[in-house]
Amino acid sequence: MSTAAVTDKRPSTLRAASLPRWTPWAIAAGSLVLGIGISMGAGLDSQIQWGLIAAVLFVLGTFGIAARVEGRRQAKDRVATSLVWVAFLLAVVPLVSLIWVTAVRGVKVLDLYFLTHSMGVVADTEPGGGIYHAIIGSLEQVGLATLIGAPIGVLTAIYLVEYGRGRLAKAVTFFVDVMTGIPSIVAGLFILSLMLIFKMQPFGFAGSLALTILMMPVVVRSTEEMLKLVPNELREASLALGVPKWRTILKVVLPTSIGGITTGVMLAVARIAGETAPVLLLVFGNPFINNNPFEGAQASLPLYIYQQFANSAGSGAAFDRAWAASLTLIAFVMILNLVARGIARWKAPKTGR
Amino acid sequence: MAKRIDVSGLTAFYGSHKAIEDISMTVEPGSVTAFIGPSGCGKSTFLRTLNRMHEVTPGGRVEGKVLLDDEDLYGTGVDPVSVRREVGMVFQRPNPFPTMSIFDNVAAGLRLNGNYKKSELNDIVEKSLKGANLWNEVKDRLNKPGSGLSGGQQQRLCIARAIAVEPKVLLMDEPCSALDPISTLAIEDLIGELKERFTIVIVTHNMQQAARVSDRTAFFNLAAVGQPGRLIEIDDTERIFSNPSVQATEDYISGRFG
Ligand SMILES: Nc1ncnc2c1ncn2[C@@H]1O[C@H](COP(=O)(O)OP(=O)(O)OP(=O)(O)O)[C@@H](O)[C@H]1O
Ligand SMILES: [Mg+2]
Repeated sequence: MSTAAVTDKRPSTLRAASLPRWTPWAIAAGSLVLGIGISMGAGLDSQIQWGLIAAVLFVLGTFGIAARVEGRRQAKDRVATSLVWVAFLLAVVPLVSLIWVTAVRGVKVLDLYFLTHSMGVVADTEPGGGIYHAIIGSLEQVGLATLIGAPIGVLTAIYLVEYGRGRLAKAVTFFVDVMTGIPSIVAGLFILSLMLIFKMQPFGFAGSLALTILMMPVVVRSTEEMLKLVPNELREASLALGVPKWRTILKVVLPTSIGGITTGVMLAVARIAGETAPVLLLVFGNPFINNNPFEGAQASLPLYIYQQFANSAGSGAAFDRAWAASLTLIAFVMILNLVARGIARWKAPKTGR
Repeated sequence: MAKRIDVSGLTAFYGSHKAIEDISMTVEPGSVTAFIGPSGCGKSTFLRTLNRMHEVTPGGRVEGKVLLDDEDLYGTGVDPVSVRREVGMVFQRPNPFPTMSIFDNVAAGLRLNGNYKKSELNDIVEKSLKGANLWNEVKDRLNKPGSGLSGGQQQRLCIARAIAVEPKVLLMDEPCSALDPISTLAIEDLIGELKERFTIVIVTHNMQQAARVSDRTAFFNLAAVGQPGRLIEIDDTERIFSNPSVQATEDYISGRFG
């Protein structure tokens, strides 16, 4: 009886009307035209509004057309798909336009001279000068921060995943969580207060310390996740061979997850490479080349960008330099990302014959 | 070479949960002993107490004695790492190290434990792979990743890895449950050959397998869900399968269970 009731509700055939494959594109094009039309008619001149109207039309149109032709279930399915696409575009459009604008404005003064000279005595309002001193400062500060932060972060994560039991592990996890939420300016102030106690002048390494504070929780979190992905069976297989735990971690667990760990560290590096606030407080900025991170004020790329914008006083030269430095910074972060991906792919557990 | 195992009054816990209770048995050197019993009765747990792998699980705790030729594995000052070098283990699911080649997988136990010359390693790897009946299939691709092998080959790779460190006892937890009949047969033959050199304990859900490969069979059961598992009886395999002394064993073997 009950089976009869169920089959009654099903269509008698497995075939169903379906829209051709190009339908989503057609609906998208249609809603774009319609969106622009409506906006022009209503006198809206913001392109963002046009796009949003088109997006709403696209989702509604998809549902309407699919519901009419294919039925409600397929319509819901299509709406979900189109929502995903709209969300994807909403995320990508600002990103692409940001990179585009930076690239267009940045290439104006970005050349070899710009990369290999410092500002020196060039006034902020004059053309000329470069970012060599800022690149050196960034590399040294971020490099030192990574040198300290990455090992501590990775070791902390190893402790938490492989050894951590009970109160201490809970406490460490809690503090890592708290540290994740520390605003960069607060980390800067913390180091600044120490500097004031010891009556020190701004120097690069102080910035590194603040960056380390910001970097460590990110490294811990991502490394933890990667270590948790390593199947327990591998650890047990190694232990059952009579391999001590520390060697198991070193030779089995870490090699299996090294790709992911590197990616995590690189992302953390990318994050601190763009920090301005603590650098402003602790490293101060310096138009001259200072190769020594342990003494004297230094520059850094994000700080340079900020100062050029702030001091441009309407001058085009400083503006252009700020954009060019931004482009350099983005390129730096992108290269880091590519390197991380390369390492991840290279180190990924091998499959195939 | 092979060693005797003598268990007395062994009880194992997961946190506060008592998984097995008061198990005593003797496993003769150079014999094959099969563990059978319903799911959840603690066969794996008991097996893992025999090489101190049980304590690797969070909350894992053991009471009682396990004597390996006269040395108590749970005695004070005993290093679990040295225990595991004496008592090797093969797991239910093949688990070769994914970052290592076939050669490195077999050599892993040796490499991670000490310094061996390349020529020594070559010899041991070849011997172990031959011992695991895998040599002919992989000798041309020793440097390829171990995860590129079939499931049955991977399992034999894991056996090769386990015997490469020359343990005295080899524990196998359902080593054939993921394998086809042909690979299963290959591993069963292998067990027959290996028992000359090792004491072997194997957990299996396959009655025919237990009857085929083992000299002695132990039947485990639990009184009710949530109760700890117990050893019901252990006897010569022939007797267990023809004329067991406990009714529950006969019921289980003949499928009249529950
Ligand atoms: N990691 C664990 N944590 C807590 N309890 C566990 C754990 N592993 C097993 N147990 C419990 O211990 C008891 C015995 O489990 P065990 O895995 O030894 O059974 P088994 O006889 O090997 O079963 P199967 O034949 O299904 O493999 C079960 O009640 C199980 O729930
Ligand atoms: Mg089991």
